[in-house]
Order: sequence, then C-alpha cells, then structure tokens
Amino acid sequence: MTHHPAAPHAAPNPASTPTSTPTSTPTSTPTSTLGAARRPKRGGAASEWTIDATDLVKTYPAGRGKEPVRALDGLSLQVRPGEVFGLLGPNGAGKSTTVRLLTTLSRPDSGRATVAGHDVLRDPGAVRHAIGLVSQRPSSAPLMTGRESLELAARVQGLDRATARRRSGELLERFGLAPAADRLTRTYSGGMNRRLDVAIGLVNRPAVLFLDEPTTGLDPEARAQLWAEIARMASVEETTVLLTTHYLDEADHLSDRLAIVDRGRVVAQGTPDALKSELRGDRLVVELVDPTSGAAAAERLSRLPSLFDIVTEGRQVRGRTDQGAGVLPVALAELERWGVAVASATVARPSLDDVYLRHAGRTFEEVGS
Amino acid sequence: MTTLAVHSALLTRRSVTALVRQPAFVLITLVQPAIWLLLFGALFETVVQIPGFGADGRSYLEYLTPGVVAMTALFSAAWAGTVYIEDMGVGVMDRMLASPVRRGAMMNGTIAYQSLTAFVQTAVIIGIAYAAGARFDRPFPGIVLTFAAAVLLTVVFAALSNAVALLTRDQNALIGISQLLSLPLAFLSSAIMDVRLAPAWLQTVATYNPLDWAVVVSREGLAAAPDWAAMWPRLGALAALAVAMSWLATKAFAAYQRSV
Repeated sequence: MTHHPAAPHAAPNPASTPTSTPTSTPTSTPTSTLGAARRPKRGGAASEWTIDATDLVKTYPAGRGKEPVRALDGLSLQVRPGEVFGLLGPNGAGKSTTVRLLTTLSRPDSGRATVAGHDVLRDPGAVRHAIGLVSQRPSSAPLMTGRESLELAARVQGLDRATARRRSGELLERFGLAPAADRLTRTYSGGMNRRLDVAIGLVNRPAVLFLDEPTTGLDPEARAQLWAEIARMASVEETTVLLTTHYLDEADHLSDRLAIVDRGRVVAQGTPDALKSELRGDRLVVELVDPTSGAAAAERLSRLPSLFDIVTEGRQVRGRTDQGAGVLPVALAELERWGVAVASATVARPSLDDVYLRHAGRTFEEVGS
Repeated sequence: MTTLAVHSALLTRRSVTALVRQPAFVLITLVQPAIWLLLFGALFETVVQIPGFGADGRSYLEYLTPGVVAMTALFSAAWAGTVYIEDMGVGVMDRMLASPVRRGAMMNGTIAYQSLTAFVQTAVIIGIAYAAGARFDRPFPGIVLTFAAAVLLTVVFAALSNAVALLTRDQNALIGISQLLSLPLAFLSSAIMDVRLAPAWLQTVATYNPLDWAVVVSREGLAAAPDWAAMWPRLGALAALAVAMSWLATKAFAAYQRSV
C-alpha cells in the first residue's frame, strides 16, 4: 500500500520485481525504465539510483570478552528517486549500521555506496549537504525551543537568517508544532519531539531523508500521525526516504519498496505486494491444546496433498495451501481422526512475516524484535 | 573559514542559551569560586608569615586570588566533555556529525562557551577579592593577564576533556579521569602555597604544570615588581598548548567515528 503519487507502485509485472538474493537481479528491468522517466538526476549522478550500495561490510572490533561483531556482511541495496524505501529486519540485523554508513557517520570496511550521486567515502561533505537524518533517539536539545532547534539546524545547513526563519515557521506549521513552537522541547510529548526531529531532518530540503526506527516508543495515535506525515512528506518535499523499522505493518504500510535484512545481508527486495505474491498460497495456522503434540500433528498434516511447507513452533503448526479456506475442514478432520486436540485454526493471506520466514528461515517474532 | 566562524558562533550561542535557562546552575558556578577563595583565604591566612614564603608584602588573600582563578578555570573546564557525552546519549551528536557542521566548529563552540564561563567566574573572583579587602599592586596589566591566563587554561583543559569524552564515550570514565587529574594538578602548583617551601621534586613538577603557568602569569602580572622572565615563557607555553590541544581534540572526532 502506498501513499506516494510519484512512486511506481504499479509495476507491470510485480512478480519479476523482487530479487531473492543480491546476485540474482531479474533479467529484464521493468524498474529502470520506470525510474529513469520520473525525475532528472541530481548532481550528475553516475547512477540512476538515489542510493546505490554494493557489498557493504562492517565489523565492529571485539570488546573485553566479546567476539567481533560482523554487523554487515555484504549488504547491497538500490533505492530509486522519490520512493519510500523500507529496510525491515529485527534488532541487530544491520539496519542502523547501514544508515550509519550511508549518512557518513561511520565507514565501511569494504564495499561502496553513493547517496544522491555522491560517494560516501570520497565525498562525505557533499553527502551531508544532500541528506537529513532522523536518528533513533531524540535529537533536539531539551533546553531549546522547537523554533530555536529548527533555526539552528537550518543555519548550520547554510541557510541565511531570514530563510531559516521562514523555513522553520513553515515546518512548525506543517508538523502541527506551531502552538508549541516557543516552548522548551523538554516539555514536549514523545510524539511532538519525534515530529520535531523529522522537521529538523527536512530543514535543508534534503534529496534523501533517513528515518531510523521513527515510530519506536510512540503510542498508537502518535504513530498513526507520523505515518500520515511520512507518506505525505515524500510527495510534498520530493524527498527520497529510507526508513528502517522492525514493525512489519509499518514497512508494509509506508514502503513503496522494501528490503528484508537478516544477519547483515539483504535477503529479499521488492514491493510489499510483489514480495507477498511471490509466496505461493495462503497460510494455515493450527493452534494445539497440548504443546507436546506438535510433532505428531505436523506428521499427520504433511500427509495431506493440499498442504506443504509445514513447520512446528511451540503449540503452533503452520503450513501453506493452494486451496484457501477449503483446507480447514480437511485438516481439522485429519487431526481429529488421530486424536490431536485443536484450540484454534485459521487460514490467512500471506503476510510480510511469511516473506520473512521464507527468506530468513525463521519467523519475525522468533528473532525477538 | 567563514563557515567555521559562523558555525562556531551558532553553537556557542546554543550553549550559552542553555546555561542561562538553568539559573540554579549559574548560581552554583558563581558561588563555588567564592567559597574556595574565602575558605582557603581564612584557613591559610597565616602561611604568609612562614620564613621564605614569597608573599612580598602581600596578604594571603592577594597571594591566593590568582590560584583560585586558575583552580576554578581548571575544575570547570574538566567537565566540558560531559556535554558531548549527553549529546552522544541522545541523537544530537549523530545528527551534527551527519550534517555539514564543521568538526572544528563543534570543538570551538564548546570551548568558547567554557571560556565565557571562565571569564565571568574570573570577574566574580576578582570582585570578591576586592570586596574582602585585597588590593593588587598593578591592576593593569595584571587583571588583563589574569583573564588571559584563565581563558587559555580553560581552552587547554576543555579541549582535553572533550577529547577524553570522544575517546571513552563514557560519563564515568570522563569524571574519573577529570578528578584524577584536577586535584593533583592544583596541589602540584603554587596555587595555594609557595612551592619554594615544598620538596625539590614538587618544584620541578610544578614547572611543567599548565595550571602553575596560569598562576604565575597572573600573580607576576599583579605583583609590584613582576618577574617578566618567568611570566612571558609561561604565557607563551599556555597559548601554544591551547592551540595544540584544540587541534588534537578536533582530531578525536575521527577516532570517535571509527569506533561507532
């Protein structure tokens, strides 16, 4: 689902868009024709991508009694101009490290990346002029007002005083902060602070805005409000957005395209719909009364020709089916015949969680997000 | 260069604005040196009578004032790095480093702010000393040199504190190192006591102690018969060290970015 009018969400053949591994890009490129027609390139970029990262590797040195951590293990991703690109993965998958490298906060051990046409290693200064960063943690000083924070950020980006003032007023208005503009930010709610952070990230009209876990810690209402703002912003500001999240629904809701990150690599990339339709069939979930009967239940269900990809997880047995809800009575009858007590059973359309399971080999909840 | 100046000014103003919005903190900053001056002044009042103490006809309060100025500058500056640690704890440091802000400006901003604080504290100490009856033989250029010494000493130790903050990224480590350094430096100097009455090794150490340089610059500047040959080299060394420390501390940003 997309809210971005400029984005190519209706690819002619969605099934060919996702790539299962970084190396197996689709043979034809329906993507490149779409991407090229949309917007002139910035700054004489050599690449048609707004973000183009190849084989990024980053290892953090060992601490006392700690193994070195290979945070990124050959991560590659390509982001088109004007799209909202989601980076989805559990904590520790390498999302934030990717953002740190692309925003010049940290340097990769190997690999290369360009952002808005500038190489992050050779020309970090140009990258910094072209980007806005909203990091995971609040980034406005508690003893400054919202307006002061914005104006300072604008001045530092090279705007003159009058322009900085105008731009700050505009952003305060748009993010619903105008009534609180002259209060100290320490009196702001979590949602207000987050909106101010996003406004600060946009103050220089960046070509690329990085949003690192923007809604973590927000209550549902503030989260919905920020979602609406992010969706609107990408079109109003003509900004490319790279968003990291460990919320499946957030990635699904906001991203034009997304990459699933697991153990420092991109394991799947494409539009949410394409990734989901790549999976054959619907998902059956059976919840058992007795957790020890899982293996027996899986064994019985695997004999049914209409079910495949059966996995057991605690008291849950999951499988996939081409027969939609029609599989339910058959499965329940089979289990009853063998005396396996069932607490509940559902059939659902594939979700991003299924996509994740398919590519990372475990469910999203399992890794503990 | 102009970008550096503009950014430095903007960031200095940010710190000053934050300071004046904490009136309690401002009050503490100003009361603390007064306590040093009056307590030490009363406790050691009679040391000037010890044979060999180079009071040269001054009261102990007059002798002590340059010492308290330097100690106050050192103790305040040693905390400078805590601002960076706070900024690292939230997203401020990341956002700054991912923006076109010059690293030099980030360093200058905090150092300029600390220097302003030191300037005000020095003014308060001199004011209190006068109020308590101190009379200096050569207020000019003595007081100007006192301000210069306090600011340069502040630059040296604020830069050092910032560098330690960037390298350790840890509040406890920074406080530990600051405390380990501050008190010994204060007592290995002529701030409160004439080192000529101390063991020879201590006199030698004091010769290399930047805090002692600041004390000597101020005390000689205020004296009736200044020992210029002792004063100028120390003022020069302080200035050189201030430039070198600021430059080195700015380099510490690179080390910080490599480690995160």
